[in-house]
Amino acid sequence: MADWEVVIGLEIHAQLATKSKIFSGSATAYGAPPNSQASLVDLAYPGVLPVLNAEAVRMAVKFGLAVGAKVAQRSVFARKNYFYPDLPKGYQISQYELPIVAHGTLQVMLDDGAVKTVGITRAHLEEDAGKSLHEGLANASGIDLNRAGTPLLEIVSEPDMRSAKEAVAYMKKIHTLVRYLEICDGNMQEGSFRCDANVSVRPKGREKFGTRAEIKNLNSFRFVEKAIQYEVARQIELIESGGSVVQETRLYDSDKHETRSMRSKEEANDYRYFPDPDLLPVEIDTQFIESVRGSLPELPDQKAARFAKDFGLSAYDAGVLSASRELGAYFEATVASLGASHAKLAANWVMGEVSSALNRDNLDIGASRVSPQELSALLLRIVDATISGKIAKEVFEKMWSEQQSADAIIEASGLKQITDSGAIEGVIDAVIAANPRQLADYRSGKDKLFGFFVGQVMKATGGKANPAQLNELLKAKLGG
Amino acid sequence: MLHNLSIGELAERLSSRQISSVELTRHYLARIERFGAALNALISVTAESALADAAAADLRLARGERRPLLGIPLIHKDIFCTDGVKTSCGSRMLDNFIAPYDATVVTRLKEAGVVMLGKANMDEFAMGSSNETSYYGPVKNPWDTRKVPGGSSGGSAAAAAARLAPLTTGTDTGGSIRQPAALTGITGIKPTYGRVSRYGMIAFASSLDQAGVFARSAADAAPALQAMAGFDPRDSTSVDVPVPDYSAALKKPLTGLKVGILREFFEGLEARNAALIHDALKVFKDLGAQTQEVSLPHLPASVPTYYVVAPAECSSNLSRFDGVRYGYRCENPKDLLDLYKRSRGEGFGAEVKRRIMTGTYVLSAGYFDAYYLKAQKVRRLITDDFRAAFAQVDLLIGPTTPTPAFDIGAKIDDPVTMYLNDIYTIGANLAGLPGMSLPCGFIDGLPMGLQLMGPHFSEERLLSAAHGYQSATDWHTRAPKGYE
Repeated sequence: MADWEVVIGLEIHAQLATKSKIFSGSATAYGAPPNSQASLVDLAYPGVLPVLNAEAVRMAVKFGLAVGAKVAQRSVFARKNYFYPDLPKGYQISQYELPIVAHGTLQVMLDDGAVKTVGITRAHLEEDAGKSLHEGLANASGIDLNRAGTPLLEIVSEPDMRSAKEAVAYMKKIHTLVRYLEICDGNMQEGSFRCDANVSVRPKGREKFGTRAEIKNLNSFRFVEKAIQYEVARQIELIESGGSVVQETRLYDSDKHETRSMRSKEEANDYRYFPDPDLLPVEIDTQFIESVRGSLPELPDQKAARFAKDFGLSAYDAGVLSASRELGAYFEATVASLGASHAKLAANWVMGEVSSALNRDNLDIGASRVSPQELSALLLRIVDATISGKIAKEVFEKMWSEQQSADAIIEASGLKQITDSGAIEGVIDAVIAANPRQLADYRSGKDKLFGFFVGQVMKATGGKANPAQLNELLKAKLGG
Repeated sequence: MLHNLSIGELAERLSSRQISSVELTRHYLARIERFGAALNALISVTAESALADAAAADLRLARGERRPLLGIPLIHKDIFCTDGVKTSCGSRMLDNFIAPYDATVVTRLKEAGVVMLGKANMDEFAMGSSNETSYYGPVKNPWDTRKVPGGSSGGSAAAAAARLAPLTTGTDTGGSIRQPAALTGITGIKPTYGRVSRYGMIAFASSLDQAGVFARSAADAAPALQAMAGFDPRDSTSVDVPVPDYSAALKKPLTGLKVGILREFFEGLEARNAALIHDALKVFKDLGAQTQEVSLPHLPASVPTYYVVAPAECSSNLSRFDGVRYGYRCENPKDLLDLYKRSRGEGFGAEVKRRIMTGTYVLSAGYFDAYYLKAQKVRRLITDDFRAAFAQVDLLIGPTTPTPAFDIGAKIDDPVTMYLNDIYTIGANLAGLPGMSLPCGFIDGLPMGLQLMGPHFSEERLLSAAHGYQSATDWHTRAPKGYE
């Protein structure tokens, strides 16, 4: 493996979050009964014509600006011709020679904290196809054209990724970005965000790319990683055993975790692209581009930089907290009521307790059972030493499950920290008196027994003794 | 006779209640019954709905509503989708197709108050110059039933010539209104590309197709075009330019009008045909126009250019006819491929298949640049030629066709000869210009057409020139024998 370099490029299909389809007025909502969202235009009736949805154009421009790309002032829709039952017109309207977005870049943070720049070759608008239904029909296939004509932005990267993990990091970053821009809901189960991966390998140091295989329709980050890993191993094994990779389209089988051949280059369609004469070229003036630029939200990288600078967070923490607009907003709302000087505490809690509770209950941050204000009320009790961090975790669990405020739980459960020195001293004295042997051992040099005494005092106070005070007092008492 | 009255005269009698729309509709339905079958001009006759629509128009007239086309009967080319009525496009593929909506042209004419009598025969998917490629058989020319009426709007032209309706609609992709108008002695206008919506008009070649109208005079065509024209948000290629008052423009004097004589059109032109055009030019001069020769050097390349561009677009446009959702489906398909192959193989006729194959070829990898791209470049040169010409003159004049109507069967097995029928008309489609054909005389007892072409959106000018000519001549009043 060490002798091979992996080369990966991704084609990501992001379904644009328009209310209606790209060339018709039909709704784009997911999960409607078959063909209930298919108009005469979607059904390709004789005589009907496409009319471009301006909102889809605006969304594509938003994306282009967010990746620092060139937004084409003139882009052209073309017809990609092939026969398939889920493609009612016998051609897909897409952009071919003149896409709306070209030459962008994206900064991607890798697991080791390094930042990699991935080139975005182009992004173009196109319509989705419908789908064939085979279940429950004897000797027939059903066609559901609800999805036909749904707007897609196809985002094509340069072959810049060098491992499956890099590919996933890039895809996640695009996923973050399109949701920030509110141009795609990012729902991968429903197919709103999916990708094709072009994978090849070459001997390390060689400039020329190896022959690539294209793995189609990967709809989870895990599948992207697994499929690429499998494909890379397959190609290396093939070459090392004297074979050669053929250019082909492959499908990933998520049950068997393997890819298999779908069609070879020779079997590929000749799509006979030509400009669609039913649609005029899309002309965009600089005024429109600037108005879209003005409407851009704070982007993930900008937010991460601001978090790092304003709140003193590490680049990693800032990256995690800005991975979605909603998470960033939750964090900022928590900090707003807690105070910026405690931002690090808030960051740890949002990334720690809050995130794991959300994961456990399979909830989005927007549906968190503890609000930012409730969380900051809890964290305030750590800051003012009412409770310890450890107790706070128990309180948080109760807040999550019982939907009560931190103070109510602390009060009702008597969890308030003991900060009265006299009270703590009394407990220490009792513990020391009850453990004379350990005291003797400690005093003869067994320092580790300090922890034993801490544990005994905590046990006796139900964990409520203020840890700092306890340490100080215990050290003095044990020292005799 | 009612069927020889102009639209203006009919409107006057309708509004003064001298006749009712129901009477007028019955009159035309009777003529359709008498002549329609022999000419094979119609695919569908919608007598029942026509009489209901006529009765509705009479109510509106009785309430004092006055519109130029209110209660006037009309026949639509069977390429326009008509809600609830079979829309076959002249093809077996759509023989069972009942359109679920109205084309914009149909909607607008309905709103203007016309009464649809039926749907006209046509070349299959508008591909043909003789109306012989129709699944429903050839249309016959009322001037001589052994002759073709031209195509593809042959049924519409024959119906107008035989006085089966005062107005008929057509479409023109390479001459499909002007050529049959010429061969049947009728006035036909193809407006500027984008002037009339293509929504609901079954596509042949999207960048060339344009709807228009047949009438017995420019004055009759004007109110029909008025009703059809205008921007339609459902057609992205329709143009948002205000529609002028075409009827008001008719009487504009021709004094000072600069008429261009197209040199390329007269090279090799048959002497009798050339003489008719020169006679027409004399009329224009007498009306105060000036004439001057102009040249469009790239125009001779228009036929080969067209026969790359149009088939390319048609090969893609006709892909939707796959036997899956509507239209013809073969019996007992074995599998998907069999369904496609046999539905299309059995549903389309020979000329349509020929063009789909040609179009598929010119768009294929390895041939695209040499054919499609090159044709687009030549198309631009032809468009530039026209632009240069219209910098010098207001209108171009020439013949509509090289010959009068030919015998049914004479050219059907020789596509290249057939394609050359459109040699004078294709240029306007490639450049998106408006064109008209007017009756201008006879050769061997068969009518011939004079063609007018103008710059984009110059329909007013074309109509006023045509009206001036028709005010000074009577060719347009001649009716074929037996149909007077």
